[in-house]
Amino acid sequence: MSLQSPLGKALGQGSAHTGLDHWLAQRSTAIAIVPLGLWFIISMVSLQHGNYEIVSAWIAEPLNAILLILLVIALLYHSMIGLQVIVEDYVSGGLGYLTSIFLQFIHVLLAVAGIYSVIIISLGAGQ
Amino acid sequence: MARIDRPLSPHLAIYSWMISNTLSIVHRMTGVALSFGAVALVGWLVSIVAGYDAYSLVNYLLASIIGSLALFGWTFCFFYHLCNGIRHMCWDVGKGFERIRAQQSGILMLTVSIILTVGLWAIVLAG
Repeated sequence: MSLQSPLGKALGQGSAHTGLDHWLAQRSTAIAIVPLGLWFIISMVSLQHGNYEIVSAWIAEPLNAILLILLVIALLYHSMIGLQVIVEDYVSGGLGYLTSIFLQFIHVLLAVAGIYSVIIISLGAGQ
Repeated sequence: MARIDRPLSPHLAIYSWMISNTLSIVHRMTGVALSFGAVALVGWLVSIVAGYDAYSLVNYLLASIIGSLALFGWTFCFFYHLCNGIRHMCWDVGKGFERIRAQQSGILMLTVSIILTVGLWAIVLAG
């Protein structure tokens, strides 16, 4: 039997007072992906018969390169937050933390690889 | 004294399967599928940097039957996740929470995402 009062037990068990930034980042990246994703899909349809040279030249165009880098960042950040929430819901304990960290590494790796590729393609086509 | 079988919570099995919770779990599933789509996007960008042969291989894989089905699936997932994401943001600002309105918006969202997917692929196949 505990001598702690019911009020004492309840106090301090409420909101973690963090997480708003996480919630907002999920929404702001979602809003960013709406125009960027639609632009990307329409661009891919217009490029569907393009060969290696045409596709490389398209990526190397400054506006396309900038929008592609923004898409890669927004997409992978949104994906990382979303998958982390799913892991938190279904995978408990130490395995959950490990899975979250593993997914973060994968997402940062993919983002860096994507941004690097767009920059390299841009520089290559400019020579 | 017999052991008391206390009720366990949450009892997921007691809820009947309905349109709202089905659309909700599909939102997560499409999100996970789109994360794999992001991997494909980065893979495609990296293949262009890797050179003509790597790009040709990725192009060949995406143009195969399985690749085409994946691309079709990703476009549906994108439109579904986008439309349902807008529905979620309406809820975030407190709009459309009533049960009937939530079901109506769910059916509308599903219809729009199917129309967008079919419309896009009609353009792709015609082009």
